[in-house]
Amino acid sequence: MTQWMIKTGASRYGLAMWYFLAAALLLAAPLFTSDFRLNLLAKFLAFAIAAVGLDLLWGYTGILSLGHGVFFGLGGYAMAMHLKLQASGGRLPDFMDWSGLTKLPWFWMPFQSFGGAVLLGMAIPAAVALFLGFFTFRNRIRGVYFTILTQALVIISVTLITGQQAFTGGTNGITGYGQILGHSLAAPETKLALYYVTAGVLLATFVLARIVVKSRFGKVLRAIRDGENRVRFLGYDPSRYQMGVFVLSATLSGIAGMLFVLHVGIISPSMMGIVPSIEMVLWVAIGGRGTLIGAALGALLLNGAKSAFSESYPDIWLFFMGALFIVTTVFLPRGIAGLAVDGWRKARRIVRRRKEVPEHERKGYSAV
Amino acid sequence: MDVFWLQLFNGISVSSILLLIALGLAVTFGQMNVINMAHGELIMVGAYATYMTQKLFQSYLPASWFSQYFLLSIAASFAAAFLIGLLLEKTLIRFLYGRPLDSLLATWGVGLVLQQLARSIFGAPNVGVKSPSWLEGGLSVTQGLVLPYKRLFILALVAVCLLAMFLYIYRTTAGRRMRAVMQNRDMAACLGISTRRVDSLTFAIGSGLAGIAGCALTLIGPIGPTIGTYYIVDAFMVVVLGGVGKLVGTVFGALGIGMTNTLFEYWTTASLGKVLVFLCIVAFLQWKPKGFVAMRTRSLD
Amino acid sequence: MSGKAILQCKDVTVSFDGFKAVQGMNLSLEASGLRFLIGPNGAGKTTLLDAICGKVKPSGGSILYRDGIDLARRKEHQIAELGIGRKFQAPSIFPTLTVEENLELAMKQKRGILATLRAKLAAAERERLAAQLETVGLAGRQRARAGSLSHGEKQWLEIGMLLLQEPSLLLLDEPAAGMTDRETEKTGELLQEIAKDRAVVVVEHDMEFVRNFASLVTVMHEGRLLMEGTMDQVQADDRVAEVYLGKRREAAC
Repeated sequence: MTQWMIKTGASRYGLAMWYFLAAALLLAAPLFTSDFRLNLLAKFLAFAIAAVGLDLLWGYTGILSLGHGVFFGLGGYAMAMHLKLQASGGRLPDFMDWSGLTKLPWFWMPFQSFGGAVLLGMAIPAAVALFLGFFTFRNRIRGVYFTILTQALVIISVTLITGQQAFTGGTNGITGYGQILGHSLAAPETKLALYYVTAGVLLATFVLARIVVKSRFGKVLRAIRDGENRVRFLGYDPSRYQMGVFVLSATLSGIAGMLFVLHVGIISPSMMGIVPSIEMVLWVAIGGRGTLIGAALGALLLNGAKSAFSESYPDIWLFFMGALFIVTTVFLPRGIAGLAVDGWRKARRIVRRRKEVPEHERKGYSAV
Repeated sequence: MDVFWLQLFNGISVSSILLLIALGLAVTFGQMNVINMAHGELIMVGAYATYMTQKLFQSYLPASWFSQYFLLSIAASFAAAFLIGLLLEKTLIRFLYGRPLDSLLATWGVGLVLQQLARSIFGAPNVGVKSPSWLEGGLSVTQGLVLPYKRLFILALVAVCLLAMFLYIYRTTAGRRMRAVMQNRDMAACLGISTRRVDSLTFAIGSGLAGIAGCALTLIGPIGPTIGTYYIVDAFMVVVLGGVGKLVGTVFGALGIGMTNTLFEYWTTASLGKVLVFLCIVAFLQWKPKGFVAMRTRSLD
Repeated sequence: MSGKAILQCKDVTVSFDGFKAVQGMNLSLEASGLRFLIGPNGAGKTTLLDAICGKVKPSGGSILYRDGIDLARRKEHQIAELGIGRKFQAPSIFPTLTVEENLELAMKQKRGILATLRAKLAAAERERLAAQLETVGLAGRQRARAGSLSHGEKQWLEIGMLLLQEPSLLLLDEPAAGMTDRETEKTGELLQEIAKDRAVVVVEHDMEFVRNFASLVTVMHEGRLLMEGTMDQVQADDRVAEVYLGKRREAAC
């Protein structure tokens, strides 16, 4: 479960070229797609941000979280609360009115400003992750135990938000807003701008994740995945690193959630439940955990497939998704990226044999 | 005061069902180091097996026999879940031994498929199962405190299952083999125990118990394709809290989760109660990170 | 004992669920020198090392390091930071990292999150890495995945990692296990070399190895100190022969 990209002499330039190509593709996409498709693509790009974050945690550090839907949702709620307050224009949001509230709850106050909402959309997921991480990693609660606790986190978050209807909008979630910073969310220009924002954030996330992964910090993360105790006897405190990457990962999910709300216009408990949380894991698994590009592509591919199939055949989609889980974990533990690298290596080997290039040129690998 | 006693009784009743579900999970995790997320769907299988048994009795057998269907349905739900569990183990789980996180994901996929299958066969809406007439009513302890027969029956059912499990694990040859494999797989294999067979059987029995739990749940309320998801997370928490390796740990975990769940939900609201239970679990794990019973090992990881 | 002790174990007791693996062990180490720890199976040798490096917490006694730092109160990573290195029986390296990355992480450095996020391999560090690769015979393999090394190479990699850690006290559990005769020889020489300026404790079953390289030997039996001395003294001791070979005196080694 590692990095399978082969580093050649020109890798740095090659990599820069790939980044450039990806950026160009993202930049040019609006020229070729309809507004509807563009909006869809923007949503998928937001998912890809979350996928990269989850991959840092699972693919690189070996910690599986089934609770990232919560962080995604918390980010989404932060943004939605701001938009709702804007739409209500100084009055109480409609659902509070229906529930008989007369005053805006105190914890809604900071969301009146856009900056505050964005900040909290990152800080709240980070804080929740820090809380859970602090009380688990320090006590060496890990592996399956940690995973199960994250799933419990999902259950309680969903129950809590659903139950506190007056404060959170309950099952319906928070919706019914049309403007961001004075621009209509429905207007094509706004949509285009939001698309670019999302694409930009995704690229930035990617660069950030790459820096993290390539740094010594990233090597410690991979070392923790290989043998947490050994890391400890080298003098590192794994729990700090685990907390660090968990918080980073949760923050990225929160950002993804905020962007998601801007594209979709609603956030509700069902979008942060058990199924969406585990779907995020599937993106990473399919794409290839332990490779950043795999995680991002997995999110795009799977969601593309989902929107193509699930609208017309929702039943078949669920069967398909279940089967995907089984097939990937049993037969394709390294996902599509692993498959691609194997193919690439095989092809190189064949080319090599023809040219009879000496073997020693095959060197290590980088973490892409 | 009566209300309190009733809550206490309800808590025990919830705990007992959780225990039945968690037993299979704890045993498979302890022995094979796999996490079976499809366990919840085996509950569903048991519930629908009960539903089917009821339908068969209604359609083909004289009405006077109907009230006896439930006893048969217990066996039917055990058998159905047992067989599906066996199939699952033989075709999938055996490839995932010792890879708990992977097994978790793969079996989640299985769960999804089973859920969708149930939706296709029985429809998405919940269906009700008519309880046998001899379970209507309740036992009056005091004026205000009536213990429903259904819940008492569930308690008895769980007690019987637990006793059977206890006898199986600690008094039979097969059970001794199971304990041997759980404690030292390699050594057991060296001594000529077919670990493959023991694993299959253990997994299937655990599944069968989930089936019985599903059957019991039909007494409490309507059942649907997603009935398993509701209980599975709690059941996992039981395993986390109780630790693996000993029956008593699971019993403790089930009582802990079931009681705190019921009491907190009674004292606060359902949603706040869940949060408090979760916080209690996290707090407990600060004290005993490996759960109530933990085995100490000398290996590095 | 003369000189200043770097480690002082007094009445150390470790129990597992009632079973006492170490009971009242005393051990004192000077700041440099090679010390072999021997004893029959179950004597508590590995457990004693575990207690020193923090893997298990002693239930009684004290383990004082340098100027009275109580190791029983520290966590593993803190103990490692204090300059105590530990090698376990089975080679434990990071299989998916490259040889070079394994060594890089082991190198003496700041080990906080922020430090590792910014860390760059300085030229001097690069040289030390290369030199270490040479010492442990892995030059040219630095970009290979550690998991792809042979068993012996993994052992060497781990020894290299321990040396880069620059510990003042090194605890080794059967370092020569699974090595060829030549490699064992090399290991022994290396141990003598590094023990010149640090304390090294080696748990060993291979008596040939102990005889060849030991200056001081500590014998443990049933969790206690049985005796301490040179290999000759130990070999001549009746009690040692007894615990190794049973009651029959005449069968001394």
